[in-house]
Order: sequence, then C-alpha cells, then structure tokens
Amino acid sequence: MIERRSRLRRLLEIELPALLLVVVAVAPYVWMAITSIKPDSDIARFPVVYWPEMPTLGHYADLLARTSFPKNLLDSLIVATCASLLGLGLSVPAAYAFSRFGFVGRRFLMTQFLTINMFPIVLMIIPLFVAMRALGLLDTVLGVVLGHATFAIPFAIWMLTSYLNGIPKELDEAAMVDGATRLQTITRILLPLAAPGIASTGIYVFVASWNEYLFAMMLSGQNVRTVTVALQLFIGEYTIQWGLLTAGGTLVALPVTILFLFVQRHLVGGLTAGAVKS
Amino acid sequence: MVGNRFTPYLFLAPALLATAAIVLYPVASTLWMSLHDFVLFRPHSVPFVGFGNYARLLADEAFWISLWNSFVWVGLAVGLQFALGFGAALVLNESFFWRSAARALIIIPWALPSVIIGLMFTWIYDYNLGLLNDLLLRIGVLDGPVAWLARADTALLAVVAALVWQGFPFFAVVILAGLQAIPSELHEAAEIDGASRLQRLRHVVWPGLKGVILTALLLRTIWVANSLDVILVMTGGGPGYATHTLPLYAFLRAYSGMEFGYGSALAVVLTLFLMALATVYVRRTMREAFR
Repeated sequence: MIERRSRLRRLLEIELPALLLVVVAVAPYVWMAITSIKPDSDIARFPVVYWPEMPTLGHYADLLARTSFPKNLLDSLIVATCASLLGLGLSVPAAYAFSRFGFVGRRFLMTQFLTINMFPIVLMIIPLFVAMRALGLLDTVLGVVLGHATFAIPFAIWMLTSYLNGIPKELDEAAMVDGATRLQTITRILLPLAAPGIASTGIYVFVASWNEYLFAMMLSGQNVRTVTVALQLFIGEYTIQWGLLTAGGTLVALPVTILFLFVQRHLVGGLTAGAVKS
Repeated sequence: MVGNRFTPYLFLAPALLATAAIVLYPVASTLWMSLHDFVLFRPHSVPFVGFGNYARLLADEAFWISLWNSFVWVGLAVGLQFALGFGAALVLNESFFWRSAARALIIIPWALPSVIIGLMFTWIYDYNLGLLNDLLLRIGVLDGPVAWLARADTALLAVVAALVWQGFPFFAVVILAGLQAIPSELHEAAEIDGASRLQRLRHVVWPGLKGVILTALLLRTIWVANSLDVILVMTGGGPGYATHTLPLYAFLRAYSGMEFGYGSALAVVLTLFLMALATVYVRRTMREAFR
C-alpha cells in the first residue's frame, strides 16, 4: 500500500512535470512540422485542424523544386563548414600555446579572448560591413565566414584550452624526452588525444554558424545566401505561404538539432568555462 | 618544456592577427564612427562631431523607450528562463526510466536557429490561423482572436515568451550539471538528520549551486541583452517602438537609417552598460581557470 502510494506520488511530483516540460520544449517544433505536411486548404482553416486528413509532402517538393532553397542549403553547408575549419585552424595552435606554455601576457590574452566573446554584434557589424564592401568581400563565402569567425575564434580557443588542460602535460614531455620533435609530439600524441574535444568544438561552431542570422544577412546577398536569411526573406515574399515556410524551417532545424544533441555534454563545460566541475 | 621563448607567440600569431582584423579593428572603427556624423550615402563628408551623437541620444525619445524595453526584456526573459530552467533541472535530477530521453528532448529549443524560433512563434501567434488564439478560444479564455504581435500591450510579452522558450534549456542543462556535482552523501546525511525536502534545497543544494547559478545568470543576461535576431524576425521592433530594445534600435538606425555614426554611438552605449556585467563574469571565469 505504501509502495503504491509513493509510486503515485512520484508519478505526480516528478514524471508528470517532466512530461509537461518535454511537451513545452517540443510543441512549437512539432506544430511547425505538422503544419508543413498539411495541404493548403487545411492550413487556411479556422478553428485549427490539428492533424491533416490527407498529409502531404507537397510543400517539401515545392520548396526543393521551385525555390532557391537547395542552393541556400548548399551555401549554409559551405559557410558553416568553412567557419568551423577556419575556427579550428586558428584556435588549435592558440589553445596549444595557452595550455602548454607559460609566457608573458598569457593571462591578459586569455582574458581578452573571453571578453571579446561578450561584445555585442552591433558593435562590430557596421564597420565589418563597410570594410567588406571596400575589400569586395560582400556577398562572398569568405565574407560571411570571416563574420562568423568573430564568435568562432574566441569560443573555440576557450573550449579547446580547457580540453587540452585535461590532457596531462607529462605525456608530451615524455614523448619529447624520447626524442620526438615538437611537431611530432603534437601530431602523434596530443592531437589524437584531443580529437573528441576538437570534434565537439568544430561541431558547435558549425551549428552556431548554420544558425546565425545577423552577420549572414548583412554580409551576404544574391550570390551567397544562407538558409536563415533565405527563410526570413520568404516571410516577406510569400506572406501567407505557411506550408513552404514551415517545410523550410523543419528541414533547416533537423540536422543541427541532431548535431547539437551530440555535443551538448561537452558544451556545458565550455560555456560556463569551468564553473561547473564535471 | 624545451623551446624558444618566442614559440608560444608563434602558435598564437594566426589567431591574434585574425582577431585584430575582424574584431578589434571593427570595434575601434565603431568608436571612431560614433564621434563622427557618418551617413553611408554621403561617404566624402564625415565631419567630426565629438560627443555630439551621444548628446543627441539624451534628447532622443526612442532611445529612452528602447533602454526601458531592454530592461523589461532582460529582466523578464532571463528571470523566467532561470525559473523554468531551475524547475526543469530539479525534476530531471530525479530518477525515472525515461529520464535520458526527457533530457535530450528538452534541449531542442536551445539548438534551433533564432530565425526559425521567430518563424514558429509568429505562426503560433497568427491572428487569423494561429494555434494560440485557437486554443484560448476553445477553452473560453478569449472571446475573440488577439493580434498578439501587432498590439503595443502584448507584443513585447509575446516575444519574451518565445525567448524564454529558447533559453530555459540552457539553465536546465547547466544547473543539472551543478546538481549532479553535489555529492549524494550530503543529501543522505541531511535526510538522516531529518531535513525536509525544502530544508535540503536551502542548506545542501543552494550552497553547492550558488556559483554555477551566478555564472549562468551573468552569461545569459549578457547574451539576452545583446540578442536582437528573434525580435527582428518577429516584429522588426514594432508596433511603433513597442519592441525596440537597445541593440535593435542601434542596428535599425545603422541598417535602415544608414546613420552609421548615430548607430555606432548607440552600440557603444549598449556595450558600456554590459561592460560591468562582463567584467564580473570574466573575473569569475579567470579565477576558475587559473586556480
């Protein structure tokens, strides 16, 4: 009897609130996905039709065949991949320096990288726009990637430094005592050990770049247009075409949500930079 | 370790050069522009106006409205994100058989692009066909549909609700990690001593979580105060100035108004407001990193 009552209590006090939270967390996304498979006649009906009698993939077919969306997806893929590679290419050596050397200005420079991560985008975006225009980089992949590097570099440096700090220094010291050069130590000992951290950092930068809107909107144009900018333009272009819009939104969100779930465990440590001891 | 004393700077050089070019140069440039009357379509006449742009701010009604909205926006959004996230963390810290699924699903809002969040909520708030009006009409809370994003009295709250949805998983995940770092022996000892659930929350959980929570609040406050994409997508700042916040106003003055000088001054003022918070956050984090 006591057993059963406490089981009921647990159900009411823990599992029911947990279920409510999950419903709150997924409902808007699920609603978008449902809308995307409704025929236009159902979308335009009020009171709302919660589930279409005749689900359709027509909006997805239209989106891929009749709009610029496939090209936008490709642009986003290229931009996010390049941002991720550029971020890692610059940050891995920097994190190595911060983690493995004591040098004048180390603390100062780490503080600066943390501080610029807090800068408002509006503080940088206008001069970046002016500079890119002068250099002819507006509406190019490089332009958008450089915009995204403003947040990718400081974030990646911090996350990677804390990851490298977790790998004992004795390992690279032992390798160097055994006669390995610094380069060999890095490529054969340190990088393989740091691979999981480097991969999660890269994935996080990829997701952040894929999701980013303001830089992409200011720095791109006709030639290069990422999905977030394209979707926002759809809102103006096809005000009432909710089928197309929700199909696009569902597609754009799916890959990054899956990637994000993979890396979020590593992320907590990076985001609060050591405040949560895992 | 062996090596030249210039070796670390060699490894740092690429990142430092890139950062100087794409972050420090723009920031310095914004400071410079904020002291000039710089309008994009008049590039050859950029008179120095000293603190003229800043003086103009004080008499600009839209600035004061945006500033006030920013306080409301940050206070409500961060406060509610924290409350909901804390609750979620407490629930998810208990064990039940589908807990790991619940933890994964709850993170979804955090992963989504702001534009999509804006899009989803604009659709849910739609006057004619939106889910919110439909549900509220069905259960009888409303007599007629409400244009949530077009009314001055509901627009800001509607956008805040979208941001709360986006941001609560961050607090849930961070606080949950903090909760799990509290040794279970402490809980057991308190329970044996006859502490109630509330007493345990007060005397065991809270002292262990304080640091984590303060850091998370600082980080989130800075982030929310800076963010303007969700508002830009959902309302563009309207109706009127109802959903103008400081970063959005700075952006609109520069982007739509092409007044780069004045927009820059607004951006600098926003940064000064945030500097105090950022300093506290940076100090705490550096202390943790260099323990």
